[in-house]
Amino acid sequence: MSDKSKSIANKNNINQDERLKKVSPLRVLLNRPELGALGGSILVFIFFGIVAGDTGMFSAYGTLNFLDVSANLGIIAIAAAMLMIGGEFDLSIGSMIGFAGICIAIPAIYWGWPLWMSIIFAFSMAVLVGYFNGILVVRTGLPSFIVTLAMLFILRGLTLAITRLITGRTQVPGLRVLIEDDPIAWIFATDTFKGLFNWLGSMNLIALRTDGTPLATGIPPSVLWFVGLTILATYILMKTRYGNWIFASGGDKNGATNVGVPVGRVKISLFIGTAVASTIFATIQVLDAGSADTMRGTLKELEAIAAAVVGGCLLTGGYGSAIGAAFGALIFGTVSMGIFYTDVDTDWFKVFLGAMMLIAVIFNNYIRRKVTESK
Amino acid sequence: MSEYLIEFNNISKFFGKVIALKDVTMKVKKGEIMCLLGDNGAGKSTLIKTLSGVHKPDEGEIIVEGNKTTFDSPKDALDMGIATVYQDLALVPLMSVTRNFFMGREPQKGIPFFKTFDIEKASEVAAERMAQIGIDVRDPSQAVGTMSGGERQCLAISRAIYFGAKVLILDEPTSALGVHQASVVLKYIVKAAADGLAVILITHNVHHAYPVGNSFTVLNRGKSLGTYEKKDLSREKLLGMMAGGEELDKLEIELKEMNRINN
Repeated sequence: MSDKSKSIANKNNINQDERLKKVSPLRVLLNRPELGALGGSILVFIFFGIVAGDTGMFSAYGTLNFLDVSANLGIIAIAAAMLMIGGEFDLSIGSMIGFAGICIAIPAIYWGWPLWMSIIFAFSMAVLVGYFNGILVVRTGLPSFIVTLAMLFILRGLTLAITRLITGRTQVPGLRVLIEDDPIAWIFATDTFKGLFNWLGSMNLIALRTDGTPLATGIPPSVLWFVGLTILATYILMKTRYGNWIFASGGDKNGATNVGVPVGRVKISLFIGTAVASTIFATIQVLDAGSADTMRGTLKELEAIAAAVVGGCLLTGGYGSAIGAAFGALIFGTVSMGIFYTDVDTDWFKVFLGAMMLIAVIFNNYIRRKVTESK
Repeated sequence: MSEYLIEFNNISKFFGKVIALKDVTMKVKKGEIMCLLGDNGAGKSTLIKTLSGVHKPDEGEIIVEGNKTTFDSPKDALDMGIATVYQDLALVPLMSVTRNFFMGREPQKGIPFFKTFDIEKASEVAAERMAQIGIDVRDPSQAVGTMSGGERQCLAISRAIYFGAKVLILDEPTSALGVHQASVVLKYIVKAAADGLAVILITHNVHHAYPVGNSFTVLNRGKSLGTYEKKDLSREKLLGMMAGGEELDKLEIELKEMNRINN
């Protein structure tokens, strides 16, 4: 019980219910959706600390490596988590990543557009795709699982067909030279805190290349996007009216509608959110690799949903957290990279991913029962 | 100014060939509880939906505070202070008391475009409102799912009152509740009426309706069997009307007949 409610209760001279047990702090913590993922992250770090502590996994270079992978997954996992809290799924995230990639590459390489215009074009397409997903789900009342599964195939097919039609290939390289001097591309392609890393290198605190520059050159853009989006999503969910509408729309659509929540608009905006997050993911990757690939992002939608579920989102909606999804992504990213530093064959990663998700779902289900059970 | 806060005169509603409601008249004064009773299929649901603006009546008139009016949508009714608490209560079990209390009508603070949900103020109001009706919510951030059925009902009613209800339409507020919980809710309804609201209490439970009601309207097969003041009506008579007294009499005769044959 918080101090505030206690003071309110006392002010109104309410008799304390003698049948009320004291709620332990542990129980309060258990009621937070992100607890499972937080605990999981700690376990994962302890595990690799023991197994791979002396292998360079936790050197500056190694750490940035697994943070980069986690961050990329986290960007889409957070958007997927918000949509799941709002009671819907988006299976077209992975295909949207591939689609957004060629939306940047083809105009920039084949049509001679400036890179910034291609990037804006890709984001506009994302808004359209998200809106289309959303309006279809809201208007038809069909399960979003089916609607976005259809979109998964349509977008991937479009990506392949259009790319081959225009370029005759399935890859569009040659973007790297366009990044310099572009007014927008740096947002998705700049390593930050380079000075700090140079300084750390000069102090011999981090590993150096043979030419004396540090091996880890700076914080990759994905990590800053990831942190920024986690903060933004948490702020929206916990601190704004729109956040309350998201929980309400996912928790009980009819109830929310009855008290005036614009459920349809909320859901459409969340679908736009996942498509835009996919495009952020795609832009960072395309600019990093210097090329777009039609198969990029394949199966990412399932990893994003898995991270959201491990992060405490219920598949039925109305419950979950962005911080949880961020930790979910951190677990997956850390394990997928960390496994290289151990003697374990990397083939086992998917086994781990599946087992982790299963445990998370069982745990979440238990928590949900605890939260909703009558006293 | 009419002495009634809300009047429904000769309301009829047809669905194709089906006459769902025919010439139903109800009037409720400020501070009064009018109980609307009827068996399953009597037209209670249709009537509630007509009262709350979901359906438009095909005949008849609605008069709110002396002015003839029509409801084009539930929002219209709500704007005129006519709030309906449906059986599902429009509460989300996984959300906190505060978040439920202000769902869809969250108080905000801050500068435009960066407004935040003023959760401190909201928690204060929610806890205070619940405390007023004797429910100590300990922690307004606890999930509604942890509350009892009666507490949830009270929360939904309290929310409707807080957001300016003058007429409160309650759909079967006690049907899913145990004896003690039901009495808590009924007490709260009486208090709400005493505070100046007009209450329309829809139920099929005479034992819940009779002690709290000031007047009683019985619906049977879409028609009103009339409105009676409490002083003109005994509990037994109400029970009889409600269940279709003749049918029970017939049943009694049949049962006797069966007993005779069996013996």
